[in-house]
Amino acid sequence: MTAAAAPSQAPSDPAPVPKRRTRALADRIPWILVVFLIMATVPWVGTRYDTFLAGQIVIDALFAVSLNLLLGTTGLVSFGHVAYFGVGAYVCGILMKTYELPFSVAFPAAGLGAAFFALVFGFFCVRLAKLYFAMLTLAFSQIIWAIAYKWNDVTGGDQGLPEIPYPNLDWMSVIPGCADLSVGARFYLLSLVLVAVSLAVVHRIVRSPFGRVLTTIRDNPERAAFLGVNVKAYQLAAFVVAGGFAGLAGALYGIFSRGVFADYVFWSKSAEILIMTILGGASYFWGPPVGAAVLVWLNQWVTDYTQYWSFVLGAILLVLLFGFPGGIVGGVVLLWRKLKRLRHA
Amino acid sequence: MAGSFLFNQFLGGFTTAMFLFLIASGLSLVFGVMRVINFAHGSFYMIGAYLAWQAVQWLHPSGATFWIAALAAALGVAVLGAVTERLFFRSLYGREELYQLLFTYALVLILADAAKFLWGTDQLTVSAPPVLAGSVSILGTTQPLYTLFIIAIGPAIAFALWLALNRTGAGRMVRAAQMDREMLDALGANVSFIYTGMFALSAFLAGLSGALVTPIQSIVPGMDVLIIVQAFIVVVIGGMGSLWGTFWGSVIYGQVLSFGILIFPGFSLFSVFALMAVILIVRPWGLFGRPI
Repeated sequence: MTAAAAPSQAPSDPAPVPKRRTRALADRIPWILVVFLIMATVPWVGTRYDTFLAGQIVIDALFAVSLNLLLGTTGLVSFGHVAYFGVGAYVCGILMKTYELPFSVAFPAAGLGAAFFALVFGFFCVRLAKLYFAMLTLAFSQIIWAIAYKWNDVTGGDQGLPEIPYPNLDWMSVIPGCADLSVGARFYLLSLVLVAVSLAVVHRIVRSPFGRVLTTIRDNPERAAFLGVNVKAYQLAAFVVAGGFAGLAGALYGIFSRGVFADYVFWSKSAEILIMTILGGASYFWGPPVGAAVLVWLNQWVTDYTQYWSFVLGAILLVLLFGFPGGIVGGVVLLWRKLKRLRHA
Repeated sequence: MAGSFLFNQFLGGFTTAMFLFLIASGLSLVFGVMRVINFAHGSFYMIGAYLAWQAVQWLHPSGATFWIAALAAALGVAVLGAVTERLFFRSLYGREELYQLLFTYALVLILADAAKFLWGTDQLTVSAPPVLAGSVSILGTTQPLYTLFIIAIGPAIAFALWLALNRTGAGRMVRAAQMDREMLDALGANVSFIYTGMFALSAFLAGLSGALVTPIQSIVPGMDVLIIVQAFIVVVIGGMGSLWGTFWGSVIYGQVLSFGILIFPGFSLFSVFALMAVILIVRPWGLFGRPI
């Protein structure tokens, strides 16, 4: 992900003025790489539980970023994004558990399977205006839920698919320092790398000409259509890409949490991931991962004290909606600009 | 006995339908006037059920207790709805749909935990009022009187709502607000009062249906998110904002669910969601609604 983030920032810097030297230095530190390296040390410096939390953050970050490709970039409010996460989790789980296929086959298959469902469902969804779009995405995700919940022979029904095997990670022993890591910790590192690569790809997509067209559609669909852009085709393409990456996140999550269950696909999960995205800041690429990190960490911290996590989440959401519509990253950016103005004044 | 079996399925589907109509009518009313999808409508329904249970505990169980409790619960939820609208909702009318959806979802989260805090997580039950405790035999099937009462009250409420909307001055105002809120405002009507009133009425219907469901279903956490999806399906099938659409939408939903179980056992859930998706694709404004 750093490969994509760092160079895109460097050339956009104006010619350095001596006065702004410290600021330029802060810009030059590849923050994303720093975060990645810190996350990579968790299995060594943290407890097993820390690794578990970190894994959840990493996977949710990819899931939320894939949703934000629709929400923040294209301006589509999907209330059923969890469907594609679920399809990915089930495809990967079924291939690895029932058919005993290797992870290297099941993981890409999960992404492709989810993208295929997104293509079929999205074909109908993008034809509808705002609220109806949200409702149809919700309806499709509930169809996936109903299938997962009832098709016992394939999905395990309400029992789900427990004990999905870990992929074979013996080869990691050759990496120095990894020899005595547990298979769970190894899978965490693999997930971290896969998510980092996925985020880099999504970042590239957002910054590509294709991504710019999506942003134009978000800001003004009529003008985009007037410029000759096939709005629905672009929206569908965004829907498919977002669904595919959600599927990859789902595949990792199924293995990571040792099972795939119908609960993963229930509509309230879609709302939770939307909250994550908004909490971090939907207008920023790195907003959703920040939201994921804060929400996972907060969840664990709050549930230590009280069982009323929903209440806390609802209260956070109220504060966000009425006080900080830009989310955490939006708030920090605003604060940063204010401080800068103060310093220059 | 195939005939009486089918009749039983039909009546079962019709009971489900009338319950759903009570819940979904409020959802549809609020959408029709304010163009807001209220996820918290299911939470109002759940709070209604808990309040009814609470009221029954406080009053001494006697003949009229259940009716007083049901009415008190519905009124309590109506007040809750009005307060929510005044305090929060009105500042969201001009905002994007996403913010409105997420606000109502925040209410879902908060009310779910509030109910857990106040009433715990155990299943609670309320017994049917003594007048309706028995059952009668129709066409070779045994039907509880309470079920028949529900079947009767659905159309009664539908008719009452229709009368209120089409034959009273207040109803005319509401229909005007549905068509053009700015023009109504410009003509000097108190639109903000109409909105609060509509929200209270919608919450009242949700609370009432929650209270009326208690004799046949136990009250449990999670009943809010389960019911809201069903209410959505009904409203989408019939047409958001259309009263009779919601009525027929719930009848169709009830029968599809009831007979779907016979034709594709295990896939009746699938069939109702598929029906919702097909309606949204072919006719997004529903069978009886108008395009907006």
